[in-house]
Amino acid sequence: MADVNRGNRPLSPFMIGPYYRPQMTSMSSILVRITGIASFGMVFLVVCWLLAAASSETAYDWVNWLLTSFVGDLIFLLGTWGIWYHVLGRLRHVVWDFGYFLDVETSEKMGWGMFIGATVLTLITIIAV
Amino acid sequence: MVQFTLPKNSRITAGKTWPKPDGATNIRKFQIYRWNPDNGETPRVDTYFLDMDKCGPMVLDALIKIKNEIDPTLTFRRSCREGICGSCAMNIDGINTLACIYGLDEVKGDVKIYPLPHMPVVKDLIPDLTHFYAQHASIMPWLETKTNKPAKEWRQSIEDRKKLDGLYECVMCASCSTSCPSYWWNGDRYLGPAALLHAYRWIIDSRDEATGERLDELEDPFKLYRCHTIMNCAKTCPKGLNPAKAIAHIKQMMVERTV
Repeated sequence: MADVNRGNRPLSPFMIGPYYRPQMTSMSSILVRITGIASFGMVFLVVCWLLAAASSETAYDWVNWLLTSFVGDLIFLLGTWGIWYHVLGRLRHVVWDFGYFLDVETSEKMGWGMFIGATVLTLITIIAV
Repeated sequence: MVQFTLPKNSRITAGKTWPKPDGATNIRKFQIYRWNPDNGETPRVDTYFLDMDKCGPMVLDALIKIKNEIDPTLTFRRSCREGICGSCAMNIDGINTLACIYGLDEVKGDVKIYPLPHMPVVKDLIPDLTHFYAQHASIMPWLETKTNKPAKEWRQSIEDRKKLDGLYECVMCASCSTSCPSYWWNGDRYLGPAALLHAYRWIIDSRDEATGERLDELEDPFKLYRCHTIMNCAKTCPKGLNPAKAIAHIKQMMVERTV
């Protein structure tokens, strides 16, 4: 890398929010990443459930109580939304990777579609389950 | 690496508030990033007030007015004042654009002006673009040919020429690259939207005979594939170009040549 910091030059401010305006495309993109990581956390919770069931009754009762409590329900509700959002986000990437809908306007519309779609699919999941 | 805060020497402190113009009724507030390499202080944001009845319509008009009438030490790049040289790219009202073609009426409320994001600052609104230019040079921004030179010129059909529309207009202002979170965090190795748009411009040029070598050069986890289609580049380009699309097409060509 070229020497670009002669004389202790400061780094210009960049943070999204105070210095860079959040965009529909950037926000829907970062949320794909966040929901991906959150989905991994969900898997961890499910594994805890199974592990507890395999180890002892007291452990299972305790974990089961936690995960079916109001807080547990809320986590799984958000998790369901996150998984659906992530799936739709990945679908958008597939569409892009085939070279379609790469203009800003359609990408923003697909971003809104991911929010609305994930919400609708979550509702359907709750009704179906 | 992912970074959410500024290093210690880059944190912004409160700056000076310059006096309001006398007898003006239509006053607008400007908040402008300042950093002087000579006094050892950290960056600050100065506040200026302008009489909008006596100011031109563009952000650059306001900057020049401030420099002429209030504070001659305010430093920024500018040249053509018509969006073709790319010198006055800066962060205005939270997006990157050219000060000369961005209207003051497009900004709501106070006008906040910072240098292009996540770049080393030379002074005030001037970022160091050395690395950015080096990355552009690295993609071989010229026609590479192997066959013998034609008697007159390298010819191109009208259809093939059309493929360069939306690419050749780039003025290398760096607005797109410095709007890209991937470039902020991996700009040392990721080429960024501007250089990649130029790479694609030469890859699809029908006269160019180094397409394979060009793709070989980009086949790298960082140079090309740090683009995650965040699209800040296309959204902010003051010339209305779409680097994200160009990058997606390069990725497609990478796949096509292996299958």
